[in-house]
Amino acid sequence: MLEETILAGFGGQGVLMMGKLLAQAAMEEGTSATWLPSYGPEMRGGTANCIVVLSDDEIGSPVSEQYDTVVAMNQPSLEKFESKVRPGGTLLINKSIVPIKTSRNDVDAYYIEANDIAENECGTNRSANVVMLGALQCIRQKLKPESIEKAIAYAFEAKGQKVIDANLKAFAAGMNAIDAKATAAP
Amino acid sequence: MPAKMQLTKGNEALAMGAIAGGCDCFFGYPITPQNEVPEVLSYEMPKRGRVFVQAESEVASINMVYGAAAAGKRAMTSSSSPGVSLMMEGLSYIACAELPCLIVNVMRGGPGLGSITPSQGDYFQACKGGGHGDYHSVVLAPWNVQEMYEFPALAFELADRYRCPAMLLADGVLGAMMEPAEISDDAPPPNVPEKPWATNGRNGRAHKNVVNSLVIDPYGLRDHNLKLQAKYKAMECETRWDTRDVDDAEILVVAYGISARLALSGCKLARKKGIKAGLLRPITLFPFPSKQIAECARNKKRILVVELSAGQMVEDVRLAVNGDVPVDFYGEMGGVIPSPAEVCEKIVEAAQ
Repeated sequence: MLEETILAGFGGQGVLMMGKLLAQAAMEEGTSATWLPSYGPEMRGGTANCIVVLSDDEIGSPVSEQYDTVVAMNQPSLEKFESKVRPGGTLLINKSIVPIKTSRNDVDAYYIEANDIAENECGTNRSANVVMLGALQCIRQKLKPESIEKAIAYAFEAKGQKVIDANLKAFAAGMNAIDAKATAAP
Repeated sequence: MPAKMQLTKGNEALAMGAIAGGCDCFFGYPITPQNEVPEVLSYEMPKRGRVFVQAESEVASINMVYGAAAAGKRAMTSSSSPGVSLMMEGLSYIACAELPCLIVNVMRGGPGLGSITPSQGDYFQACKGGGHGDYHSVVLAPWNVQEMYEFPALAFELADRYRCPAMLLADGVLGAMMEPAEISDDAPPPNVPEKPWATNGRNGRAHKNVVNSLVIDPYGLRDHNLKLQAKYKAMECETRWDTRDVDDAEILVVAYGISARLALSGCKLARKKGIKAGLLRPITLFPFPSKQIAECARNKKRILVVELSAGQMVEDVRLAVNGDVPVDFYGEMGGVIPSPAEVCEKIVEAAQ
């Protein structure tokens, strides 16, 4: 298994955290993982992204030319990274704030109302990243959901049980968000 | 707490590795992309009763290292390319004065103020002097977060053994990326050798210890240089390197640090296309694994050297094989990171 993913969005949407949760969950399972944040000058402009590579084997490069999955939490991320999805790969789009559809027709695109689901389930859109992680988990299934739940509990430990529970709820809601409706373009 | 697997950033692993390696004093000045190193040390060092100083400049930092090393302490600094350039005078003094210490360079794009993105343009500076005069530092090149943690201790150990500066040459990717690594928050203190030469007080000795880098008599300085050169020769036994799939390879890829990671993926892609490619990774850049490369290259068709530079280490690879095997080069500059597919393409070209 070699799974290469880009997670991208506005600074503050928690895309770096999404990546860390994936890498942490992989570590729980004894799977190799790398997490590489963008730290170029573009961070100042307010966008953020990270690349996560998961593998059963020793990981060479932490970057790739094309990716199995791109998660776009906002429109600039979709525009910037949709070309990076490998043909036949997966594109996850945060339908709540991305009003356009992908120009790619050779990838599986999923449109998920991540902000709205987070708002409804947890009362705040701050968990939109974890909703999206749930959706990603449902589609790609490279790791066990329990490992990601463990990673959530670990990552939010300092913030208390309430925050952990809210994120676990968001994760579950994200996993349930994938149905025929999610693939329908806006 | 015993060592446990933790998802850790390279720079943070390096800082914890410095602590595990018995670093007594850190002196540094902030610069991207290594800022997590001083950040972590700024709270972890005082917690342990050790010294952390944010100096007023890189020049001050290296001279504080000079002083602390002269007093027999395990001293280090950390910076990135332009900052390390500022330290070169001090480094030459430290080498002449035969003081062990650790200098970390998390390389970024150059020349000049360059960029903050990853690069390997400082190989010449690290391995071929950098400062003035005929000196060398031990140079270690980690390629993953685990080695970012382990190499500071190794660097201190080698620096003490040979009484010379040691440099850890990383890059912006290794500094910023996270990987699972076995990290200990309270490693047992390492065995630090006695330093009877240290200028830490007379302590009842009959003679005064003097640390100096001025040898005004030409014959005296010649003899001192001969002593240094003999030391550099003796270091050859510390040469370290690593390989992947080289036995049946027709194309040998030679790369260090993050380039070796890109090259490893490139080799795997090439094998999928039916081209037998293997990787040799120098771990010590000084002493350089010349003999090991020559030996490994003996039955190979071609060598491909991959670097994030215009071609620096490639010169040492060419010297190592001395024309026996053709050596190709692939490099990117300015903070551009080639993809494994691009490395693979160059391997395919080399195989034709």
